[in-house]
Amino acid sequence: MAATVKYDEVEVGQEIPAVDYQVRRVNLVKYAGASGDFNPIHWNERFAKSVGLPDVIAHGMYTMAQGGRFVTDWAGDPAAVIDYGVRFSSMVVVPDDDNGATITISGLIEEKLEDKRIVVVVNARSGDSRVLSKARAVVQLS
Amino acid sequence: MALNRDFVGRTYEASATYEVCRVKIKEFADAIGDDNPIYHDKEAAVAAGHPDVVAPPTFPIVFSLSGASEALSDPDLGLNYAMVVHGEQRFEYQRPVYPGDELLCTSTITEIRDAGRNEFLTLRSDVTSTTGELVCRTYNTIVERGGAA
Repeated sequence: MAATVKYDEVEVGQEIPAVDYQVRRVNLVKYAGASGDFNPIHWNERFAKSVGLPDVIAHGMYTMAQGGRFVTDWAGDPAAVIDYGVRFSSMVVVPDDDNGATITISGLIEEKLEDKRIVVVVNARSGDSRVLSKARAVVQLS
Repeated sequence: MALNRDFVGRTYEASATYEVCRVKIKEFADAIGDDNPIYHDKEAAVAAGHPDVVAPPTFPIVFSLSGASEALSDPDLGLNYAMVVHGEQRFEYQRPVYPGDELLCTSTITEIRDAGRNEFLTLRSDVTSTTGELVCRTYNTIVERGGAA
């Protein structure tokens, strides 16, 4: 139970390279089922438009989960993420086509804390929008 | 419609514990598209030093609102669910979540405020084991679009 990234080998200001994550309608249907969030704005275009949204939007938690995946893949251990918080600053609109939407996630090491812990800033964009803000993970390194 | 500020400070306990299992962790990992073997395969998790597969960092969203769902649908609160989007979310861990954990969720409405035309409601949920050990704490802010207009 340990991260594969070593505390002594990272520096403040270091960037974690961007990764693209696709989100299609089927992903939202699966996420609704697994999470229990069946809000129709995440799967019903007719309903989403009736409440003033441009189209079906991704669950914020789906986007947050991609940010979590980005950090755990980098750190090498899911349990290394001991604190993870985000603000949902913009919607990820998911059109009904084969491509869906792309969420591009990158990271930056913002701070080194005591006990081999670090703060990673998670940047997430979709199209022209920043979809997460104030997104930070505290990660326990080895 | 403005949300009823009388709800601030109210605490709700889930009516039952949530029992974490491998199948649900796998389903959740599949749904977020994450094929990390530490979520899917006990042997891989043990090889990585864990007692069993590990729940992904955002997994507690599955059960952490169960205690408060009754409050959020209480007509006295005045929340129009059709206009709700997620504002903020945070998970603060004391230890990882594993299969076999029986977790109790106690949620408190810590704040209701307006910003522009929207209403913001924040819930803090303490997730504890059956022995009373704090496992994680979650913070959830939902936004009712147009609620303050």
